[in-house]
Amino acid sequence: MGADVFEITVNFVKMVAIFLLMVQIVPLLVWVERRGSAYIQNRFGPNRVGPLGLTQLLADAVKFLTKEDFVPGRGYPFIYYAAPIVAMIPAALALNAIPLSSPVHVEAFEMLGQTWGPYVFLAQGYEFGIGVVFVLGVSSLAAYALLLAGYGSNNKYSMYGALRASAQTISYELAMGLSIVGVILLFNTFNFTEMIAQQAGPLVFSLFGHKVEALSFLPNWGIFYQPLGAIILFAAMFAEANRLPFDLPEAEGELVAGYHTEYSGFKFNMFFIGEYGHMFVASLLMVIFYFGGYTLPGVNPETVGKWFADFSPTKASLLTALVLHGVLMAKVVFFLWIFIWVRWTLPRFRYDQLMDLGWRTMLPWALANTILTAIFILIARHPWGS
Amino acid sequence: MSQLLPVFALTVFVIIFGCALLGFAHLIGARAKPNKVKDETYECGQPPDPTRPPQSPPKYYQTAILFILFDIEIIFMYPWALTYGDFIAQGYGLYIFLAMAFFLAVFIFGLFWEVKSKALEWE
Repeated sequence: MGADVFEITVNFVKMVAIFLLMVQIVPLLVWVERRGSAYIQNRFGPNRVGPLGLTQLLADAVKFLTKEDFVPGRGYPFIYYAAPIVAMIPAALALNAIPLSSPVHVEAFEMLGQTWGPYVFLAQGYEFGIGVVFVLGVSSLAAYALLLAGYGSNNKYSMYGALRASAQTISYELAMGLSIVGVILLFNTFNFTEMIAQQAGPLVFSLFGHKVEALSFLPNWGIFYQPLGAIILFAAMFAEANRLPFDLPEAEGELVAGYHTEYSGFKFNMFFIGEYGHMFVASLLMVIFYFGGYTLPGVNPETVGKWFADFSPTKASLLTALVLHGVLMAKVVFFLWIFIWVRWTLPRFRYDQLMDLGWRTMLPWALANTILTAIFILIARHPWGS
Repeated sequence: MSQLLPVFALTVFVIIFGCALLGFAHLIGARAKPNKVKDETYECGQPPDPTRPPQSPPKYYQTAILFILFDIEIIFMYPWALTYGDFIAQGYGLYIFLAMAFFLAVFIFGLFWEVKSKALEWE
């Protein structure tokens, strides 16, 4: 099945749509963050502009656009302008490699006097056999944007913020990478879709060659096999996205505003698109690794497909994809809320405590998690008696 | 290579999108004459010292080197984790586990040494 014009166009539009999804989720999340923080801290938050303060976002966007385009006198303009653009790339690339729903099957149809199809459109920009490794590799490029910002502003505090950011990102990447090894041991695949497929269905596993079905009222989610790994991965994600309690790169008590001290207007906003994009990717990874992706007990591609059996196959598969996308987004929104919740609940770490936690607490625990998982899997899956 | 084509396409699109946004903000943004005080580095009232570039503690360099060592070791565990299930299914589980256990012993020894030599202590 060779790619033709229609398929290439749809795939490109899909990639752009997923990227714009990431961009437009930022103002919404900023609104949730401001209202949520106000709720947590017993304040009002933005409530004047529009219903519930929702059009505050538009006012903010207009303000960002009409601000003066400022370049620090001693900075390096090219690097200074490049940094916010680079900040958006890693999150966009990572987000496009993650499946947001089940694939859409389009039957052959007539258009412009020609027969097109049949096609299969994945609900992701591109699929790799090495999906997990690709996402990890791409999202760790985010440190470059912060370094460029610090270097391009040529400001002492920006530079310190950037150095802190990169040191912290790489330190927590170790714990993150190791906790994902546990997930791969469990599912034996790098492919997100296969991981989700393995988590559909009830919690049934084999132990000493016997099938254990006592817990089959629970879904077969990774969290029941990897609770410690899930906690470590989620904590490391906060450090990767530079969120409180790990937001030392922008600790305003010490570094003015960290790496974005010299940034204002839309350039500042673009760093936020990158940061919220990372939160989005992190929540998606949590949901796919540990919480069954777009499946729920009784809700998976096959069962939902039966709900829409009366429609034509193309429509049915499109509706199935929409329902499953809704399920996935509901779970993702929950994790995004946890990101915001934690930010307004916990105080910031001190820098030495942060590095200590990363290297001397989380890395050994992640290592222990990997070894224990390997031993348990060796015992549980060994072909006993055969 | 053709598999990576969409990745390049998206990268180019994001760069164009970002440049367009910056250009748009530049076009409709407020204008003000640059002046000496405004162009100065923003350092909270401290008069900036332009003669020196910002210096950084060597600790960051050390962290980066340790990261490279450990990260490469962790990457070695990915193919192992991927094929672990297949080896167990064929009855070679203990063999593949012990092979990685030896590697992990070296890894843990390195981490232990690093902690003991206080390479990870930030004051």
